[in-house]
Amino acid sequence: MNIFSLLTRRTNTAVVAKDRLKILLAHERVSTGSNAELVNKLREDILAVVRKHLEIDPEAVKVEMDRNGDMTMLGIDIELPVDNKPAAEDEGKSASKAAGA
Amino acid sequence: MADGKVIVVTSGKGGVGKTTSSAAIAAALAQGGDRVCAVDFDVGLRNLDLIMGAERRVVFDLVNVVRGEASITQALVRDKRVESLFLLPASQTRDKDALTEEGVGSVIRELRMSFDWIVCDSPAGIERGATLAMKFADEAIIVSNPEVSSVRDCDRIIGLLDAKTVQAESGKRMPKHLLITRFDAERAKKGEMLSVDDVVDILSIPLLGVVPESKEVLKASNVGMPVTLSSEGSAPAKAYAEATRRLRGEDLPVSLPSDRKGLFGKLFRGRAA
Repeated sequence: MNIFSLLTRRTNTAVVAKDRLKILLAHERVSTGSNAELVNKLREDILAVVRKHLEIDPEAVKVEMDRNGDMTMLGIDIELPVDNKPAAEDEGKSASKAAGA
Repeated sequence: MADGKVIVVTSGKGGVGKTTSSAAIAAALAQGGDRVCAVDFDVGLRNLDLIMGAERRVVFDLVNVVRGEASITQALVRDKRVESLFLLPASQTRDKDALTEEGVGSVIRELRMSFDWIVCDSPAGIERGATLAMKFADEAIIVSNPEVSSVRDCDRIIGLLDAKTVQAESGKRMPKHLLITRFDAERAKKGEMLSVDDVVDILSIPLLGVVPESKEVLKASNVGMPVTLSSEGSAPAKAYAEATRRLRGEDLPVSLPSDRKGLFGKLFRGRAA
């Protein structure tokens, strides 16, 4: 606890409200449609970023969103060709991000 | 022939100020001389007539028109104060299934021909009435209170606007405007209420205006006048007038009108009393 938190001791409920909403809506947006649109956009953006540096097939980027219990997983799979010059030795690279409930 | 713009005022949650906002914005648009028709979609629980002070002059309603029992001209109620403002009331008695998509579509088409603006006051919820109110809209005003359940419901409504409207079905994205109502700047400052930025950040749609919590709103509804007409100088009236200018496309910064007097005003009032 620092001095600042002592000064603002009176609970800032608006911050709590905002945090709760952000987490809730992240889940609800995924589970109530328009998900496909988001995934498509992500896919396009990721493809554009990777293509700045590497030549890859548009089909080589796979984006998936999965809701599993209280976790939402964003799975990104990018298949790289073997003969690419920059230091990308591995065949595929995947990243995932999880949001807790 | 006018080619009117259809605006839906929606929120998902009830009691956030859809009807108050519909009446206030419709009146403000009409005050500028445009021909405006406010349409109440809350079949079974109409209230826009009461808020606009036209309840005793309702003869036919939206359901009568949809069913071909009356013409639009017969059902329209002209406002007593603003000449170019009209109301198409909802019916009070029939069930909501009385409205069909084709019927509403043809009413909207006809209204577009004779009005510059058609303001559709949506019922609460995400059922038929609410989806029909948004179905044919060109733009949407999403009304939210700075409060969790209201913001959540708005998020759902935004999803529907992007999926279940004619615009969405034809691959377009409906322009959306956020109107925050019942805002209390002091409570937000203390961290007791979501701030304007918080709500904008969460819903991520452009801000049309911020209407402060005010006693004037109840006073206006008591006498059946849109708040933009009943107390023009009041904070909510100013906020709605500003929001309306932005809706017309003017680029002006969002201000936070207040009913509270400054120090000088307080002193002055103290002396006079």
